[in-house]
Amino acid sequence: MSSAPKTLYDKIWEAHEVGRRADGNSLLYIDLQLLHEVTSPQAFEGLQLVNRPLWRVDANLATPDHNVPTSGRELGFDGITDQVALEQVVTLDKNCKAFGVQQFEILDPRQGIVHVVGPEQGATMPGMTVVCGDSHTSTHGAFAALAQGIGTSEVEHVMATQCLVQNKAKNFEVNVTGALADGVTAKDLVLAIIGRLGTAGATGHTIEYRGEAIRQLSMEGRMTLCNMSIEAGARAGLVAVDDTTISYIHGRPFAPKGESWNQAENYWRTLVSDQDAVFDTSISIDASTIAPQVSWGTSPEMVAGIDEVVPNPEAMSDAVQAESTGLALQYMDLRAGQKITDIAVSRIFIGSCTNARIEDLRAAATQIRGGQVAANVTEALVVPGSGLVKAQAEQEGLAQQFIDAGFEWRAAGCSMCLGMNPDQLGEGEHCASTSNRNFEGRQGYGGRTHLVSPAMAAAAAINGRFVDIRELG
Amino acid sequence: MDAFVTLDGLVAPLDRANVDTDQIIPKQYLKSIKRTGFGDYLFDAWRFLDQGTMGMTPNERQINREFALNLPEYQGASILIARDNFGCGSSREHAVWALKEFGFRAVLAPSFADIFFGNCFKNGVLPITLPADVIDGLFAHVADGLNLSIDLQTQTVTDGEQVHSFTIDSALKEKMLKGMDDIDLTLAEANLIRDFEAQHRQRQPWLFRD
Ligand code: SF4
Repeated sequence: MSSAPKTLYDKIWEAHEVGRRADGNSLLYIDLQLLHEVTSPQAFEGLQLVNRPLWRVDANLATPDHNVPTSGRELGFDGITDQVALEQVVTLDKNCKAFGVQQFEILDPRQGIVHVVGPEQGATMPGMTVVCGDSHTSTHGAFAALAQGIGTSEVEHVMATQCLVQNKAKNFEVNVTGALADGVTAKDLVLAIIGRLGTAGATGHTIEYRGEAIRQLSMEGRMTLCNMSIEAGARAGLVAVDDTTISYIHGRPFAPKGESWNQAENYWRTLVSDQDAVFDTSISIDASTIAPQVSWGTSPEMVAGIDEVVPNPEAMSDAVQAESTGLALQYMDLRAGQKITDIAVSRIFIGSCTNARIEDLRAAATQIRGGQVAANVTEALVVPGSGLVKAQAEQEGLAQQFIDAGFEWRAAGCSMCLGMNPDQLGEGEHCASTSNRNFEGRQGYGGRTHLVSPAMAAAAAINGRFVDIRELG
Repeated sequence: MDAFVTLDGLVAPLDRANVDTDQIIPKQYLKSIKRTGFGDYLFDAWRFLDQGTMGMTPNERQINREFALNLPEYQGASILIARDNFGCGSSREHAVWALKEFGFRAVLAPSFADIFFGNCFKNGVLPITLPADVIDGLFAHVADGLNLSIDLQTQTVTDGEQVHSFTIDSALKEKMLKGMDDIDLTLAEANLIRDFEAQHRQRQPWLFRD
């Protein structure tokens, strides 16, 4: 093995490279595959058609999340009124039973969004390779795990071979210096980063988030950050191991115990980029300059600080950018020059694999400040990321605070992040959403999504429009 | 998988950058447990003026007559030209299944998003990266009824007199030309994987739950 300084990504890659083919592609060994109901049925079917077994049953973990309703959960399958959705959830259940895959099924208190459930259970561990048929698999990179979203054919390939065929990506360093101001969160940071890089800025790269501000983030903040790496075009995002990582994992159900823990911890502590490691691309951002962010357009790169205005396409020199900005403003029904704080919202969604963990719910609850959901807000949903997050929030009294203020308190799942279940935006409605994508129609046909942090979403719920939470004290 | 060797076909334009897979196939159609049945819903929110649901046929829908793919001159197109970062967003392979079922076997753009690009190769749809000025040139002529010949072996796209070369990863090219199955290819190396796995288990035993 060469002794040249390595990046964290180089280290994980090398520890999983089964072999390199003559054509330059590598076989990469996969430690954990997470499964959900939308992208797995065709893969299981592919295996069944040719009678192939799973290569390693214990490397798979499943839970239904995309389609499950967030109300009437106690009814289990019977609560799913959409017959096509029901068929998917039932198919996942059948496949897991047929192949012996561990599943947190619809009525299990541990059920939830795959990217919330994996870390919560300690199933995501440093140095692992993790895949899932879902682009936000990048979330797990917060644990210094190489976690990537893959397509359904690749899901089947991993099921059958425990490997991915892949070319190594390049190394991208995002160095975040300084400290985030009060009221500014990991979500604002990642939106600002995407605003700067653009949605294709890190294509072909694995991002490592480094620097003082990253070290200060909690594991949950790091998950939020890594979650949206895909929105900058990167397949994966990483944060190096430190004490925060280690103490988060300790004692979780899937985490190693006793002597095995010591052995694991010793290895995990090596999962940092070497001092002189070289990155193909580097950018540096000063965290203290970042304001709470709000997306105004139909792509996550279309963001502005809460104290800014909607941009003017006519002032843009790049023709393609001007055109997409124009189209976005038309779709969003916003005017160039309009203050972000003048955008009214009628729906609120606090949830998704980006921001539905306990710290997110706590941050949102602090913005209620004894107020009520504004009269112009017709629905404010709070959807915890997992059954366990839900239970904890109920125990801490957060659920009651939300309910008292007029929010809807729901059961865990993807919900209005993509609106495959009944939680959807109506045509023309503006929504303050803690999710990760503001694409046209993402949350419902004709819906207008503004991506924000949980605190900003809750403050928007109370005020009926976006407000600068830094000014609320 | 279907092989891809050559393709002669009519070109249709999609003049937008950053087309995401939510646009290519909206989520309400992802509920199927099959790989087929998505073609009718390709670019659904742009091709139709009404909101569709799974199971509706195009005949029951309100057609957006202004959207390029609905114009008479582009009917039967098998090649799509697009702008930068085509296929970004969600990893849904349904996007490629929909494009293919609709009739597209090749997409030409200045750049593609990673996961979408890979998914194309699993389904015999060829994504071709061409310089932005070449794509601009194709957009300029598309309305005249542009036909292109694509030859994967020689890595060329020919429009009448002009020949544009493109680069492609040699392994992906080989697989497309022969329509090879990825899983079979990898299982041919099963012993290598087993050996690796045994060592990996020794180094990091906590990763194995059985
Ligand atoms: S919460 Fe949203 S982004 Fe996350 S896995 Fe579910 S649908 Fe995907």
